[in-house]
Amino acid sequence: MNCRECTDFLIDYLNGDLPPAQQRIFEGHLELCPPCLTYLESYRATLKLCESAREEPPEPLPDAMIAAILAARGVKSKVD
Amino acid sequence: MERSDGAASEADFVARLRAGDEAAYAELVRSQGGRMLAVARRLLRSDDDAADAVQEAFISAFRAIRSFEGGARLSTWLHRIVVNAALMKLRTRARRPEVSIDELLPKFHEDGQHVDEPAEWRSPAQLAALESQETRILVREQIDRLPADYRTVLMLRDIEGLDTKETAELLGVTPNAAKIRLHRARLALRTLLDPHMRARETL
Repeated sequence: MNCRECTDFLIDYLNGDLPPAQQRIFEGHLELCPPCLTYLESYRATLKLCESAREEPPEPLPDAMIAAILAARGVKSKVD
Repeated sequence: MERSDGAASEADFVARLRAGDEAAYAELVRSQGGRMLAVARRLLRSDDDAADAVQEAFISAFRAIRSFEGGARLSTWLHRIVVNAALMKLRTRARRPEVSIDELLPKFHEDGQHVDEPAEWRSPAQLAALESQETRILVREQIDRLPADYRTVLMLRDIEGLDTKETAELLGVTPNAAKIRLHRARLALRTLLDPHMRARETL
């Protein structure tokens, strides 16, 4: 396995989707290749950063929008 | 125990919606609308478009409430609907000029070795200690620089938390194509974050 192939397998490796034989080859490459290990850590960190970007308390919907949405429902039911 | 009470009260709530109970509709919009607006804003980057997407999502949900089967939580069901409404809006919008994904992917020599040796990033503890609001803004800005197709798949999977199958269905591609696109999007995002996250440099 070379670094390019190692990079291709990152997503399956982190999902636990690599077949055992391939996982052994992948991990064997990581043991011998510090750049790929560093790359794996930064890929993992990228996912953690995405998780942190997700955490955001939602603001309440503005009253005018609530009114517009409920009014649209009223119109719809009258048409029905 | 709590869970079954919760499920029972949700079933009662859905029954009120199906019966056309106006108070239940108002409660639904108030309790779920803010979260749905946040989703639409993240995907669309425009407050006006996001507000339209939420309105369209609620109208679709009101029409479909009779077919809501209760297998999923109501909030999950609404999340899917607003994601779908936002994606439909995204498709109709003119695309901005964008950088080619190839420029953002790691480069390799012919023998498969890295061209640029990857730099070490800050440790997980250092990353966790970054001011969260500042980091969130930085990550969002870099996600916004991804080419549109890649940005969308990354948003759906890694920000909105949909699984590969749902993402593939929404994008009209096979699960394998969605997975490959997601992987490339993550590699590209890693490249964009790299100058900001290196261990020895500061923001």
